[in-house]
Amino acid sequence: MADGILEGGGTGLRPDLAAILRRVEPDTRALDVGCGDGVLMAALRDQKGVDARGIEIDGACVAACVAQGLSVVQGDADHDLTFYPDGAFDYAILSQTLQTAERPDRMLRELLRVGNRAFVSFPNFAYWRMRWALLSKGQMPVTRHLPVTWYETQNIHHVTVKDFEELAATLGVTIERRWFFTNEREVGGGSANWRAEYALFEVSGGA
Amino acid sequence: MAAHQPRSIVLPQPLALDGGGVLANVRIAYETYGELSADRSNAILVCHALTGDQYVASTHPLTGKPGWWERMVGPGKPIDTDRHQVICANVIGSCLGSSGPASAAPDGQPYAMNFPVITIRDMVRGLIGLLEELGIEQLHAVVGGSMGGMQALSLAANFPDRAARVLAIATTARHSAQNIAFHEVGRQAIMADPAWHAGAYYGHDDSPGAGFAVARMAAHITYLSEEGLTEKFGRRLQDRETPGFGFDADFQVESYLRYQGSGFTRRFDANSYLYITRAMDYFDIAGEHGGMLADAFKGTPARFCLVSFDTDWLYPTAESRHVVHALNAVGAPVSFVELSAPFGHDSFLLDVPELDRVVAGFLNG
Repeated sequence: MADGILEGGGTGLRPDLAAILRRVEPDTRALDVGCGDGVLMAALRDQKGVDARGIEIDGACVAACVAQGLSVVQGDADHDLTFYPDGAFDYAILSQTLQTAERPDRMLRELLRVGNRAFVSFPNFAYWRMRWALLSKGQMPVTRHLPVTWYETQNIHHVTVKDFEELAATLGVTIERRWFFTNEREVGGGSANWRAEYALFEVSGGA
Repeated sequence: MAAHQPRSIVLPQPLALDGGGVLANVRIAYETYGELSADRSNAILVCHALTGDQYVASTHPLTGKPGWWERMVGPGKPIDTDRHQVICANVIGSCLGSSGPASAAPDGQPYAMNFPVITIRDMVRGLIGLLEELGIEQLHAVVGGSMGGMQALSLAANFPDRAARVLAIATTARHSAQNIAFHEVGRQAIMADPAWHAGAYYGHDDSPGAGFAVARMAAHITYLSEEGLTEKFGRRLQDRETPGFGFDADFQVESYLRYQGSGFTRRFDANSYLYITRAMDYFDIAGEHGGMLADAFKGTPARFCLVSFDTDWLYPTAESRHVVHALNAVGAPVSFVELSAPFGHDSFLLDVPELDRVVAGFLNG
């Protein structure tokens, strides 16, 4: 299952973004929901000829994207996806944001409404260091991928690999492919719910 | 107003207007900055706001003040005249050299209120006529703030092949009831002035300056934010330590508005103000396209960028978002950002460094 890439395979991208970049077919249309400073969009455009669009809540990030010639709308993923027509994109991308959604189940459905496929990555709350921190300290874990205290965090719906797979099954969403990462390196799929710090799923379908 | 001879052309064809009439011998006064490239592909049309003019980056002939957007337009500026030819034209209905109510009608007398009521789309038709004359088929970009943004959006909706990029700042796709209401206050102030003479004041010694100044004062408030007014004036008194218990301009904000009002009437024609505010009130791009804003932009080949300001209550962020959602619905490449600035609607004219970056990035990306 592992592609054996290290540190984004030399692209300088975070490994989950590098995996998305590799998987996306050239000359397609993609919507990056929560696109940040546009690093993935720019790579998709420049390396794959993708017509990439973005949604980003942070105004300074949007300004940075526009300054790179990217088309990014300042908005809120929870509410603004609804303004895109069905099947407007070949791919909808949601990286490290699912756990911040008001309703992750609706978000996943919306992603697969506007996109024929979706890439979804998220920190795995069942990663063994999380479990250990909770077990040993008895407090909400604060880690590299979840660095903010429980009362300040935007991560209101913590999720595990197993939870996501269960949600996909409930929604009738097909998991096309999955990647797991720890310490910014891809790891194998065995015992991923223990061993993966974060996960990336490529999904399609859904009701 | 005679000393300065603005650069202008007369359109060879009459303009068919939304109101049903036809305007012949339409004169368009304009300025250009920078060189047009050999393939005529580097032109940027800057559209001016309600009381703006073609002097976007050069000295105003009546006031002697710098161009109204010199911080944005010029060599090495975000709208870079080293790379682009910037064209800015006085809209029809205005009074800085383009055909308007103060211009001579076919009978040789000023049109006054016989000038036809025009729309934003009619203004754009005039601008397209100018581009035809200049031999520019497609603009690198059309750019505007406030009413200039309305023209940019109207151009994109009605002449979709004419601009590769559309940058609309602090604007809207339709005038709201509140927008119309403020404009009506201004118009009634002008028309209530006995010196207005039903618009035929051009031959008189007096002009409706008092009513016009009131119109400008009321409008000026809508261009600012409460926060900005409080910061700039607060309750401070003008040239005195204690209240005068009279009706002089005791407060600094009163003095400021009076100054704004009277200065404005010396550079602008009251009838033009009536006509242009009317055009803005009629503005409703969706209404022109069967009621659906998205339909106005269907199949557009242009890239769009919309910018709003968080303190702008004249054309608030929701209006820009409304346009963005319509553009999303038709799959148009669109960027949108709400910038934070304390100056209200006027922010687009003032020092907002983030706006400079967005403008430069969008035009060069």
